[in-house]
Amino acid sequence: MPSKKVFVERSLPWLLPLLILLAWELSTRSGTLSSQILPEPLAVVKAAWQLLQSGEMWSDVKVSGARALAGLAVGGSLGLILGLGTGLFKPLEIVLDSTIQMIRNIPVLATIPLVILWFGIDESAKLFLVALGVFFPLYINTYHGIRAVDRGLIEMARSYGLSGWALYRDVILPGALPSILVGLRFGLGLMWVTLIVAETISAQSGIGYMTMNAREFLQTDVVLVGILLYALLGKLADVLAKWLEYRLLRWHPAYQREALA
Amino acid sequence: MSVIAWSSSFSPIAGLDLESELRQQQQELVGRAELDGRLQAPFARAAWVPGREPSVDPAISLSGISKAYGARQVLSDFDMQIERGSFVAIVGRSGCGKSTLLRLLAGLEQTDRGSVGAVGRNGALQTRMMFQDARLLPWKTVLQNVMLGLPRRDAAQSIARARAVLDEVGLSERANDWPAQLSGGQRQRVALARALVHRPELLLLDEPLGALDALTRIEMHSLIERLWREHGFTAVLVTHDVQEAVVLGDRVVLIEDGRIALDQTVALARPRARDSAAFAALEGRVLQRVLRNETGAHGQPSAIEQEIALSEVRWAV
Repeated sequence: MPSKKVFVERSLPWLLPLLILLAWELSTRSGTLSSQILPEPLAVVKAAWQLLQSGEMWSDVKVSGARALAGLAVGGSLGLILGLGTGLFKPLEIVLDSTIQMIRNIPVLATIPLVILWFGIDESAKLFLVALGVFFPLYINTYHGIRAVDRGLIEMARSYGLSGWALYRDVILPGALPSILVGLRFGLGLMWVTLIVAETISAQSGIGYMTMNAREFLQTDVVLVGILLYALLGKLADVLAKWLEYRLLRWHPAYQREALA
Repeated sequence: MSVIAWSSSFSPIAGLDLESELRQQQQELVGRAELDGRLQAPFARAAWVPGREPSVDPAISLSGISKAYGARQVLSDFDMQIERGSFVAIVGRSGCGKSTLLRLLAGLEQTDRGSVGAVGRNGALQTRMMFQDARLLPWKTVLQNVMLGLPRRDAAQSIARARAVLDEVGLSERANDWPAQLSGGQRQRVALARALVHRPELLLLDEPLGALDALTRIEMHSLIERLWREHGFTAVLVTHDVQEAVVLGDRVVLIEDGRIALDQTVALARPRARDSAAFAALEGRVLQRVLRNETGAHGQPSAIEQEIALSEVRWAV
């Protein structure tokens, strides 16, 4: 029976995670594993439910989400615009690119002490860190995406009378899009990493604040809820980026599964 | 083939019909043996050689063209005229300058010296180019690719025109597919449609069939020939394949070291039968001339080369 085979193939990868959860639950209940080190899975679920009921979780997620999106908007659009600029205009590339490539090698998180000195510990520091984290992957991938557009296609389009905005709209931007979207996915990953660090250092609200607060009171279950929330939001961002790729790159052979079937 | 078949056949150059028929008749009569005997001898010049004398209505006149890339001189003091509405096939080895010539005609390169005179019926000569690879935009559907460069203001009319041309190349039912879903031959047909939708007066073909399999190539030959007859544009084809040149060209021009080494009028009736004696003789003659340069200073083919049947070494060049 093919349907039975499919069922087994689909369910088998879940077997190990379920076993781990079960072992975890049993070992904390029997006392082998202290709940101060790792709370039992059920306690994490309960804590999550309580936080959801009190509305605390939603307000924290909202604050963190807003910070992440603001950083993405600022850093991402700057990276995109500068990447387009250096990719399209040789003089700008000569002036700007090597400088950006140098700064790129500084780890964003290494600038935290300086950022705290500059901005203090309020919202602008977090915005700056997230924006900086998102900027580089988008800049580099946009720049290289434009550089990698097939010269033959540009030559063809020019000989068919396309120039200026039309050439950019019909040839250069769509040609660079796969690379730009890769940059976006990298950027989204870095967005959460920098946000977690920024919120853990200093915050009066957000998921990072929630977990750091819980640590003070040894609420390991709430800490775990925070970690899971970050994981969930990261996954959500990735799914969105994937969906965007699927929508925008329908023409790409790699996204034409149904056509090949 | 009978005389009646020739006289009813199509010849695109007005005023040339009688002459070409007579010459073809003569070739048929002379027979293979005598042609083979003439292979080593200098070519019997055709009465009308387009490249050497001013033609009646040239679409293109090249005079004194020179082009160099760095220290390498690709074309030097190159003269050529191309009759309006004719089909010129240019053959030659890799790096002989034939592709450069085409790119000069397309305006993709500038000459170092000399002038490219391209005169259209209403001012500038409307030129479109077909490349070796189809160069379709992968992110646009087949129909959108054909519409590239058409006015956006009148979208409905542009779509109608693009659909009509797609129908001419037999791909109307693939209009909404992505280029990645097409075969190599279909992609080149879309590229042909994209060129024709602009109703060009001059169509440049830069080895567009080089990457296709033999059967698809033969299909493409008849398609290109049919569309050339129907649309009446001037066509310049650059190719490695001597047979392809003889199938399609009114003239076969061989370029060697940046100069015209042979300018052969092909006076066979269209569509050309590849298996006819006259066709084989002409193809052999051109191929022999192409190969001659390879054999060294004496210009005599080596014994080994003579042993190879000419039809088998079509792709040696």
